[in-house]
Amino acid sequence: MDNQELSSIATQVRRDIVRMVAAVSSGHPGGSLGCADFLTLLYFEVMKNDSSNFQMDGKNEDVFYLSNGHISPVLYSVLARSGHFPVAELATFRKLSSRLQGHPATDKKIPGVRMASGSLGQGLSCGIGTALTKKMNGDDSLVYTLHGDGELQEGQIWEAAIYAAGNGVDNLIATIDYNGRQIDGDLEDVLPLGNLSQKWQAFGWEVLEMDGHNMEEMRSTLAKAKSYVGNGKPIVIIMKTEMGQGVDYMMGTHKWHGAAPNDEQLASALGQLEETLGDY
Amino acid sequence: MTETTDFEVLGKKDTRSGFGEGLLEIGRKNKDVVALCADLTGSLKMGDFKAEFPERFFQVGIAEANMMCMAAGMTVGGKIPFTGTFANFSTSRVYDQIRQSIAYSKKNVKICASHAGLTLGEDGATHQVLEDIGMMKMLPNMTVIVPCDFNQTKQATMAIAEMEGPVYLRFGRPSVPIFIKPDADFQIGKADVLIEGSDVTIIACGHLVWKAIEAAKELSIHGISAEVINMHTIKPLDSASILKSVKKTGCVVTAEEHMINGGLGDSVAQVLGQHLPSPQEYVGVNDTFGESGTPAELMTKYGIDTINVVEAAKKVLQRK
Repeated sequence: MDNQELSSIATQVRRDIVRMVAAVSSGHPGGSLGCADFLTLLYFEVMKNDSSNFQMDGKNEDVFYLSNGHISPVLYSVLARSGHFPVAELATFRKLSSRLQGHPATDKKIPGVRMASGSLGQGLSCGIGTALTKKMNGDDSLVYTLHGDGELQEGQIWEAAIYAAGNGVDNLIATIDYNGRQIDGDLEDVLPLGNLSQKWQAFGWEVLEMDGHNMEEMRSTLAKAKSYVGNGKPIVIIMKTEMGQGVDYMMGTHKWHGAAPNDEQLASALGQLEETLGDY
Repeated sequence: MTETTDFEVLGKKDTRSGFGEGLLEIGRKNKDVVALCADLTGSLKMGDFKAEFPERFFQVGIAEANMMCMAAGMTVGGKIPFTGTFANFSTSRVYDQIRQSIAYSKKNVKICASHAGLTLGEDGATHQVLEDIGMMKMLPNMTVIVPCDFNQTKQATMAIAEMEGPVYLRFGRPSVPIFIKPDADFQIGKADVLIEGSDVTIIACGHLVWKAIEAAKELSIHGISAEVINMHTIKPLDSASILKSVKKTGCVVTAEEHMINGGLGDSVAQVLGQHLPSPQEYVGVNDTFGESGTPAELMTKYGIDTINVVEAAKKVLQRK
């Protein structure tokens, strides 16, 4: 798929995101918009997975865990747009009895979700577990995880980081959404993480960095990450993104981390995002 | 009526060793069984499994949160992970991990917890979890099993591998009498009536089952006929067995090495309150932390010994 096609899908995903959160006046648009390009690339090009026949056991296909579960709108949109379930279902987001819970969950059996997430810090450990099972099963497909940068303040992330490096879990590619913002403000003001790249390197990981809004750079970085698979080290990509990317008034601030736009703001956002694939 | 003499002591062993043997045996039968341990391989008696199946044993170090979620992740692809650490670190330390990644996500993880309760002994209250049954039974999708001796712990360990879904299996450190025959029937969710009686029902789990048997012997000397039920599965609770027995006896004593708040006794009271309101007395730890001491000293001091079961039975009989 060429970059323009991918970007066009990502733009529709962004429309879906703002419409979903606006419809229920709740949800997390900021981080969702920031990860729209990455998840589009992952699901439409990079990952090996069968969107029409979702299997919980994920055997012989790549498995993805969204550890920062609050950006569920982007995951749901990408899953729907890639054929896991009808796009019309996006209209049920956060509504009673919906399969699209506020944070991803497995109990209503939404295709594409294999683990509940939302309470932060758990997805890396889950990913390690699945990666080890793949090794035991002789399954050479991969495990991808996505984490917020603020999420790295959770101690469990570093327990998992130590484990994966110490045990050569080299069929796992973790990505950090490094947007520098969290609910209470800028990450630097809330709790600085220091030099992230050096931290992961010191923990024994193969570290890559990329611009989360540049399809070509992400494509080549992910290809490089895949080339490291089997080298004995877990792989992390620090992905620089802009929270709220694509909607001008949501960018440059932490304020849209977990706030939904009103009607007027929604209209403004949609005016900036072309309807490329047709709204749900 | 079953004679109490049926319960001859077959030996004495710690229940955690029953777990260790059960894990090894089910590991031989089912190649999908894998084990994770947080730096307590010896204490959990997981060494034999580790030696025989090194490729299926995962030493995670002192990182229980990571262990629980790794176990959850391992189920994706068909493994049946057994986690091993002390009961305190298997529950309260990792409650959120269990809640989200195991219970809510309905993953086939077997949380195996040793050194539960006061009988952990000298290490003291930091390690003596007395709230774990309550915490775990409150979680939807969770099965909670507290076997009573070495043989039953071994049976339970093997049985949980055969059922689909999250399980909390609680056992302990001290050497205690073995009185369940190795070939006895064990069904998850099906209580064992160990002694039939007509005056009072004693429902116990874990280490308190043997105490209940001793109490029944003592009560029989005083002409009191006690029915003893081994409620090894706290959840799902065998309500039918409770109701059948209490309909006959008209009163009940519950006995457990756990807080009265939130334990087996609470579960029994809920069933009786809804279907058959009956006098009930509780043998358990009453809203206090433990302390260092020998298991026997602690059971005496905190009121969870044979004498306490006897006294509770006498008391509840007067309330009929």
